[in-house]
Amino acid sequence: MARSRFLKDTGLTVRMTTVMFLLGGLFVVLVVALMFMMPPQYAPLIGLLGIGVAFFQWWTSDTVAMKAMRAREVTPEQAPELHGMIDRLVALADMPKPRVGIADSAMPNAFATGRSPHRSVVCVTTGILQTLDAEELEAVLAHELSHVAHRDVLVMTLASSAGIAAGMLTRMAQWGAVGGDRRKEGIPLVIVALLISLVVYAISFFLTRLLSRYRELSADRSGAYLTMKPAALASALQKISGQMNATPDRDLRAPAAMNAFFIAPAVRGVSLKTLTSTHPSLEQRLEQLARIQTELGRPD
Amino acid sequence: MGFWAAITGRRRAVPPRLDALFAVPSAAITLEASLGATPTGSGSVCFKSAQGAAFAQTTEEILALVRHGAENPEVSLSQDGFGFTWLVVDGDPADSSDLCTRLHATNTTLVDQGFAEGLLCTLVPFRLPGGASFGLVYLYKQGTFYPFAPEPGHAASGGRRDSMLEFQVRDVLAAEGGLPLEADHSRWLALWGAPGL
Repeated sequence: MARSRFLKDTGLTVRMTTVMFLLGGLFVVLVVALMFMMPPQYAPLIGLLGIGVAFFQWWTSDTVAMKAMRAREVTPEQAPELHGMIDRLVALADMPKPRVGIADSAMPNAFATGRSPHRSVVCVTTGILQTLDAEELEAVLAHELSHVAHRDVLVMTLASSAGIAAGMLTRMAQWGAVGGDRRKEGIPLVIVALLISLVVYAISFFLTRLLSRYRELSADRSGAYLTMKPAALASALQKISGQMNATPDRDLRAPAAMNAFFIAPAVRGVSLKTLTSTHPSLEQRLEQLARIQTELGRPD
Repeated sequence: MGFWAAITGRRRAVPPRLDALFAVPSAAITLEASLGATPTGSGSVCFKSAQGAAFAQTTEEILALVRHGAENPEVSLSQDGFGFTWLVVDGDPADSSDLCTRLHATNTTLVDQGFAEGLLCTLVPFRLPGGASFGLVYLYKQGTFYPFAPEPGHAASGGRRDSMLEFQVRDVLAAEGGLPLEADHSRWLALWGAPGL
């Protein structure tokens, strides 16, 4: 009888699906609330617009991210070791091979993006290639490939559509484009719509960040099981976070928009750090990896 | 990757397909009949070793198991540059079914101990009368075979592949029809420095 060394983590799955459910609920609440306030045909339109923008972000994610990071795609001839590593990992995981990119940046980091496993790109910076040894780099690539396999770009952009819709609504309220059906009594509907969208935006912000942290933990987990070397990922994370904090903020400002897709966040949270960070704390990640290591190393 | 896998952020581990390996002996006969290629008698399994005591113990178990028996083949372990372990069995060139049985024993032990995720491929090298050689590679997760033929003299360092020979071998095997062949050429991993080539 074949045994499985996969550690069940029901808690993480439950928390993650709950957050996704809440985000979906938030979206519905926003649309329903708007339906009561304005001519009812507007509300679904705004909802659709939110999903539309999210869809567009998701659809163009690979090209946009590559451009934002000034990354270039590399062929197997240009980067044989990197390609060889990814070739082996995708053969182990039986997934389609993503395109491979390298970004010229001293900041040690890696990201994966793209609309589906069939059209995705895994990108590493020159900094990470210099910082990590082969085993650690492989662990990082396995983490990124797990993001691709989990369709994290799709999940995260869909999850943010409530926030996007609320954000658009805030703008529209500022221009006075909503709240046409003005009633005589009470506060103007523009203000109410503005308030609701602000509240929805704020809740959605915290929830998507929470979801992002859970997705990171899941990718760590899948990545560690793929390479079967949790300690390699742990030491890579330690090396990268050490460098992240040592790097001055000035150099890190540009990639801030991309943070959710990186392996380690490039900016340090100053206030509300734990609530707003896109990545779980290093301790949390190391703890999980240690548990996987124990399970993998347990003899009969 | 289904909907549920995406929602739960869980990659489904792909189980390796082990039984197709037993089709190698009949493929060897086909290759000898049409190309004159003969098995060198060696064969190897390439897998990712896990960290920890359990894997070390499993490796010991495998070595004992594969060395066991009347034929007493040479068995050795080596590491490649990508951190994969190669277990090489060197036996009787005439008896490729014994070789396959031994390779299969390696695989089942790994699977039984919960290390099925780490199985990458098996390579059975063949030699042509002219001195060129190629490997018949089996990918466990895809369950498909493909030929890998490095140009003579470049097998260790990495260089050019003899694509002509690879396609020839593929066509011969496809005509015989016994082996599932890998249709996606991007999956034809280059295994430079593979033992036995």
